[in-house]
Amino acid sequence: MSSSTNSPTHHTSTIGAIGAPSRRNTELALLVFAVAIPVFAYANVGLAISDQVPSGLLSYGLGLGLLAGVAHLAVRKFAPYADPLLLPLATLLNGLGLVVIWRLDQSKLLQSLPNFVTAAPRQLLYTALGIGLFVVVLIFLKDHRVLQRYTYISMFTALVLLILPLVPGLGANIYGAKIWINIPGLGSLQPGEFAKIVLAVFFAGYLMVKRDALALASRRFMGLYLPRGRDLGPILVVWAISILILVFETDLGTSLLFFGMFVIMLYVATERTSWIVFGLLMSAVGAVGVASFESHIQTRVQAWLNPMREYELSRQVTHDGILHSDQLQQALWAFGSGGTLGSGWGQGHSDLIRFAANSDFVLATFGEELGLAGVMAILLIYGLIVERGVRTALAARDPFGKLLAIGLSGAFALQVFVVAGGVMGLIPLTGMTMPFLAYGGSSVLANWALIGILIRISDTARRPAPAPASSPDAEMTQVVRPS
Amino acid sequence: MNKPLRRIAIFCGLLVLTLLLRDNYLQYVRADSLKDDPKNRRVTIARYATPRGDILVGGDPITGSAESSKSGVNDLKYKRTYKNGPMWAPVTGYASQAFGATQLESIEDGILTGDDDRLFFRKTLDMITGKEQQGGNVVTTLNAAAQKAAFDGLKKRGGKGAVVALEPSTGKILALASYPSYDPSSFAGNTNDDAAAWKKLQKKYDPADPMLNRALRETYPPGSTFKVVTAAAALENGKYTSADERTDSPLPWVMPGTTTELKNEGNIPCENATMRVALQYSCNTVFGKIGSDLGNDKMLEEAKKFGFDSEQFTPVRATASVFSDDMNKSQTALSSIGQYNTAATPLQMAMVASAVANDGKLMKPYMVDELQSSNLDPVAKTEPEELSRPLSPKNAQILQDMMQTVVEKGTGTNARISGVEVGGKTGTAQHGVENSENPYAWFISYAKLPDGSSPVAVAVVIEDEGANRDDISGGGLAAPIAKNVMEAVVNAKK
Repeated sequence: MSSSTNSPTHHTSTIGAIGAPSRRNTELALLVFAVAIPVFAYANVGLAISDQVPSGLLSYGLGLGLLAGVAHLAVRKFAPYADPLLLPLATLLNGLGLVVIWRLDQSKLLQSLPNFVTAAPRQLLYTALGIGLFVVVLIFLKDHRVLQRYTYISMFTALVLLILPLVPGLGANIYGAKIWINIPGLGSLQPGEFAKIVLAVFFAGYLMVKRDALALASRRFMGLYLPRGRDLGPILVVWAISILILVFETDLGTSLLFFGMFVIMLYVATERTSWIVFGLLMSAVGAVGVASFESHIQTRVQAWLNPMREYELSRQVTHDGILHSDQLQQALWAFGSGGTLGSGWGQGHSDLIRFAANSDFVLATFGEELGLAGVMAILLIYGLIVERGVRTALAARDPFGKLLAIGLSGAFALQVFVVAGGVMGLIPLTGMTMPFLAYGGSSVLANWALIGILIRISDTARRPAPAPASSPDAEMTQVVRPS
Repeated sequence: MNKPLRRIAIFCGLLVLTLLLRDNYLQYVRADSLKDDPKNRRVTIARYATPRGDILVGGDPITGSAESSKSGVNDLKYKRTYKNGPMWAPVTGYASQAFGATQLESIEDGILTGDDDRLFFRKTLDMITGKEQQGGNVVTTLNAAAQKAAFDGLKKRGGKGAVVALEPSTGKILALASYPSYDPSSFAGNTNDDAAAWKKLQKKYDPADPMLNRALRETYPPGSTFKVVTAAAALENGKYTSADERTDSPLPWVMPGTTTELKNEGNIPCENATMRVALQYSCNTVFGKIGSDLGNDKMLEEAKKFGFDSEQFTPVRATASVFSDDMNKSQTALSSIGQYNTAATPLQMAMVASAVANDGKLMKPYMVDELQSSNLDPVAKTEPEELSRPLSPKNAQILQDMMQTVVEKGTGTNARISGVEVGGKTGTAQHGVENSENPYAWFISYAKLPDGSSPVAVAVVIEDEGANRDDISGGGLAAPIAKNVMEAVVNAKK
């Protein structure tokens, strides 16, 4: 396909220039499905709720198709060797998320809530912006190694982003977690979603420089390589920041996500298992320590251990000053009522979750309406995205690219685990959202940027090695082929 | 760097695997228990998502379904309506969006909503053909004319009371009325109006307790109507073998172990009276002494054969009537004339009358004749079932003879119906400390057609607080209602 040489004759080509296929057509074919499936789902919801194909079907289908097309063309032009699965998978999740958000917009119960907004058009706008950001990343980030230059600026930016929700007048406390900021006229923003990417850049840049020191200078103790005291510095700082997030923003998920991402990247950079052990110990100590005095975390843990009790409390007038929520129990009922095959699009009652049904708890709607089969498919799609990310890290040729790719994929995996696990009652609930599925501008934008970066790295990784400059003795090495 | 990368890949795979396992646990292992959890709102939503099946009396529905009010958010689509709700409330119970369901509405909920497994085939067919799930019907044994006679009679009386009518040969419940009653339609939805109506009916706010099903759930001292059971015990135990044999009954009679005389109401010929005369005049001394002579055990045995001391399931549960054990002679004597601890539901006393009328065979009372699917196919049919034999046919004849004397020329003349043999027994039961409160007026009876069959046995109880104390006697207040109920059934047979 791309024997990209400038050989003088048509009979010759240079060895080594035969590259991997670009797989762009595979991506296009998959994208057709990724657009068609949500369009059918959309029609299905309309038929189930009001017995007619929704009037917006054409514009919705064209809109999603157009966005996917633009993204595809951008990849074709600016990252021709990129991984062919990432874009279709993200498009499919984003499309399905739009359908579910539109479906929940139709709920009379949710419409009756005081702060109801018609979320689907906004989410479509966010999707357009997100794909716009994706294209911008592809155009302007010609080589991901450029990011290496911004290592310490990234650190600074990440810290600002993380501190923003705590600035008085800017931060917003929504149901106990302080992970939002209000921008007058624009709405609210979740800076943590962006901090995730910026932090990955910082960690990758920092660890690439320090990895040898962290890896080699160590003592052996009980089969583990113990780092020197002074090398413990960075992990202690990140740990401390995570703990501070936990204490001041009272969000277990964000805290766990950042610390987990750092530990993963540290392990990959140093190849020392001891960091994992340290990381686990430190996060356990931190989580238990903070939970012992932070009442918001305690409430979340109580709600996780006994959702039914929390449900009962939410229906009574309690005077303990704690906001009791029946959301988790409602989500569990939604999952259970879905059963194996689900009630079908538009036929469930996941709107009973009320607040955040289309954001933090969006998976419950999938659970009820698409059943076990649907949720397993969704989880596997997430798994595939993570797998493509890890594969990109494996294929990347530069350590910075490897670290960045594994950092982003690992964070993505942790986020999916923390959110889905929280909604399914596996771990305590946190205030994060399912990437692409959930309603929310910050999440959609940040995750499209994340996919953009992964695509950029994978393009660099899979791009055939540049052909050697045409040398004067090229004639000597030519291969003669029968014509 | 690739070795740790591969390990991280495995770690991420494990995260996803954990989520998959958890999801299987939730949506497969625990799916049913979560789905059917009564606190799960979906259970209620499903119950009211389709029109409920109906409860039928004589082929006509006494219930219906209407779309809920559209004002505000109501995720429950249909609500229950009732035709002549107060009259039928003791039969139907209620099915309310806000307050749940009771009695027949609750017991046959599966059929009425269409969820019952017995409707599985129908349900699957509806699902395949894309039809909405439809509820089945509950066909009751009730007789609309008898029920109307019973309810109107109680209503005219105005106090509190209950009527139960049975078909002696089968145990079918023909009438089941309680007064004061309530309209289950008034709180079938879940609006504020429904809540207000519900609140007003609670005993706290309405001392008359209109939601109490007096026919099945309230026990009263049966008073003299219990003498029928005592007479049956005397015959069955061979103490006396005919209605006209003189009994060994001194007057005045001092209860054994005490110095208290058992009194009769007024100056009536009770000394050594035959059982026929004693029942005719309702002699306390005669039946008190019979009970005392037979003893606690034999009386208890006979009472149990009539259904005392056990709950009845019609299928709506009826409270167990009481005849105590471990009583001394004087307590047994008092119990044998329906006082002391003895207490009976109206259903229980109707069962006593019905067993006598059915030649000694007590049939299990029931009110659900048939369950139907939505297209009227029978799903289940209740077959009459014999509960016990409190009397031999011969002794039953003797007791019928005695009860007919009561109606012909005794205390029960108000229940006479021309052309029909009627047997009955009045009762006026004392209650309250030192009998301070108004007594209950009882009447139990049965009708017998010329061909020897008995289509109806009935029990009526009136607790009439407004009435003059002297006026209260079973014959005066309760017998006319019993008569109207029996006439309604007999006329339908002609």
